[in-house]
Amino acid sequence: MAVSTLEIKDLHVEIEGQEILKGVNLTIKGGEFHAVMGPNGTGKSTLASAIMGHPKYEVTSGSILLDGEDVLEMEVDERAKAGLFLAMQYPSEISGVTTSDFLRSSINARREEGDEIPLMKFIKEMDAAMDYLEIDKNMAQRYLNEGFSGGEKKRNEILQLMLLKPAIGILDEIDSGLDIDALKIVSKGINKLRNETFGCLIITHYQRLLDYITPDYVHIMMQGRVVKSGGPELAERLEAEGYDWIKKELGIEEETVGHNA
Amino acid sequence: MAAETKLPYEEDYVKAFSAKHNEPEWMSKFRQQALEVADTLEMPTPDKTNISKWNFSTFKHDAEGESISSLKELPNDIQVFVDVEKDNNIVLLRNQTTAYKNLSKELADKGVIFTDMFTALENYPELVQRYYMKDAVSFDEHRLTALHAALMNGGVFVYVPKNVVVEQPLQAIFWQEDVSLGLFNHVIVVAEENSSLTYVENYISHNKEEETVANVVTEVIAHDNASISFGSVDNFAHGTTVYMNRRGVVYRDAKIEWALGQMNEGNTVSDNTTHLIGDNSYSYAKTVSVGRGDQIQNFTAKIVNYGKQSEGLILQHGVMKDHASSIFNGIGKIEHGGTKANAEQESRVLMLSKHARGDANPILLIDEDDVTAGHAASVGRVDPVQLYYLMSRGISKQEAERLVIHGFLAPVVNEIPIQAVREQLTEVIERKVY
Ligand SMILES: Nc1ncnc2c1ncn2[C@@H]1O[C@H](COP(=O)(O)OP(=O)(O)O)[C@@H](O)[C@H]1O
Ligand SMILES: [Mg+2]
Repeated sequence: MAVSTLEIKDLHVEIEGQEILKGVNLTIKGGEFHAVMGPNGTGKSTLASAIMGHPKYEVTSGSILLDGEDVLEMEVDERAKAGLFLAMQYPSEISGVTTSDFLRSSINARREEGDEIPLMKFIKEMDAAMDYLEIDKNMAQRYLNEGFSGGEKKRNEILQLMLLKPAIGILDEIDSGLDIDALKIVSKGINKLRNETFGCLIITHYQRLLDYITPDYVHIMMQGRVVKSGGPELAERLEAEGYDWIKKELGIEEETVGHNA
Repeated sequence: MAAETKLPYEEDYVKAFSAKHNEPEWMSKFRQQALEVADTLEMPTPDKTNISKWNFSTFKHDAEGESISSLKELPNDIQVFVDVEKDNNIVLLRNQTTAYKNLSKELADKGVIFTDMFTALENYPELVQRYYMKDAVSFDEHRLTALHAALMNGGVFVYVPKNVVVEQPLQAIFWQEDVSLGLFNHVIVVAEENSSLTYVENYISHNKEEETVANVVTEVIAHDNASISFGSVDNFAHGTTVYMNRRGVVYRDAKIEWALGQMNEGNTVSDNTTHLIGDNSYSYAKTVSVGRGDQIQNFTAKIVNYGKQSEGLILQHGVMKDHASSIFNGIGKIEHGGTKANAEQESRVLMLSKHARGDANPILLIDEDDVTAGHAASVGRVDPVQLYYLMSRGISKQEAERLVIHGFLAPVVNEIPIQAVREQLTEVIERKVY
């Protein structure tokens, strides 16, 4: 299988007329795990949302290419079918649609008409992934994310990731709100996908997830830009010393977007 | 305003019609009495919908319907509503004539009555008289109830005796095959003390252009500690103007659960009112509807709490597209004396077109202090963030919308107790929405 490349070049993004991303550059290749770290409000979710095509986020300049194809020209579903997946920080609740029906529709969306996944095969795959993530089986018949606890929503996102097997996965704060046991389980699911073709962008503002999923590259975001990149040692230093040394090194007083005037 | 228009049918005709069906004396008189006042009564005035120009007078009153010896003889588009392989408890009216009926021997032996209205009038005249437009709907409420009483041309009668539990659903199909026949259909469902049953009905017609009328009265009575689950799929075609009055009366510790799929294609007034008479009585009224084309609809879901600790819950979900216009009245009323009663309602309207109109009117009328009540109402579009979430998994925009809409209507669809009917409701929704 060919290795995919996601290239983000000088990306500028606005929400409701306010510029949030101010020139992000990042390249993720299949087989690589990248961590994007940074305090709250620095533009991490904006980056993830812009890549996936969230309707509220407007890309004003720059480009996103997946294997040379212009992602920004694609509809959201086309981006997914091209190989992108975003585990969202705040997944939507869809009343009346069971998790299982949703998963099956998602899988079938990638297959040709007439070549839908056989029901038994689907159930087997879903059950196996649910077991792996220690998800209660009744989640399959519950309405999608409706009344799910924070932890259940996160596991459900990883369940989808495991079943859809994208070329590039973007995980936005997949660790937030998880206790340590849940964190280990979710990490186990993500690590299971790790191979020479799967590329992953892990967004977090805690280092602790990276104790379980070792990144190849670490990027720090502040004020809507990637301000520093390095290897796993960068994350370790952050854990030991926090963000202050970076702010000092770069002369940043307030790291959030909108405080760089 | 007394209606200026002349009555569509005269005294002699009504007498002859009654005689033709060998009706008991009381019924014949009752028709005459209703016909006499029909002239003097006003039309109903549904809130915010003007029905003064709607057709309630052009229709044919009498038609024949061929009977069948097996459900498999039904044309496909009717057959899909029944599980043909099962031994059904079913009454099928074709042009208001009984085309097929079956009730299991076991239920018949227990005293369950499930038959067409004319047969019931002939075989159980007193029992029918006990309930016919007595405790639920009165013939003289307005011009349409009076016309209904005068011109009733079919229906079913369901009676479950004390302590009898009917496990299998009872199904009625009202198939208006004749494009100009008016349906003056009357349904009575009675559950005696400690009994329970599930009843499901379908209204089907195909008159896209030909104008006619459906004037339907349904009376559902749950005696002490009885339980009735009532499901329906209304699917009159565009040419039919519909007045649908479904009323429930619930006595002590009893309950009525409604799941109404209101999928008519023409102008419709649908009033579903339940009176919680007894202490600790309960009703949950769930309705879904889809409006499309140029149809105008007015839906009322109303529950009146009289009994102490009675509980009335209303859920109305409507989808509106094209130039359709609908009013959703949700009325919770707690009468004086209904202490510890609870009245809750939720009305949600999903707008698929900017030319459509959908109004949710939540109303709470409370005459008692020690109660709980609440309402939620919203009119909105499909949430773009929900679509984004679904599409981010590769699901196309159209399919994502489909999922959201079906999900929105699921609270009622999932309550329909017969699988074939549930599937048909899903299909009707599919057809109306896309
Ligand atoms: N929907 C929104 N409308 C307006 N501003 C927003 C919206 N979402 C995020 N922002 C702003 O964009 C900035 C970056 O947000 P976000 O990308 O969510 O940060 P992070 O994920 O790093 O915590 C914040 O300052 C936030 O206030
Ligand atoms: Mg975020």
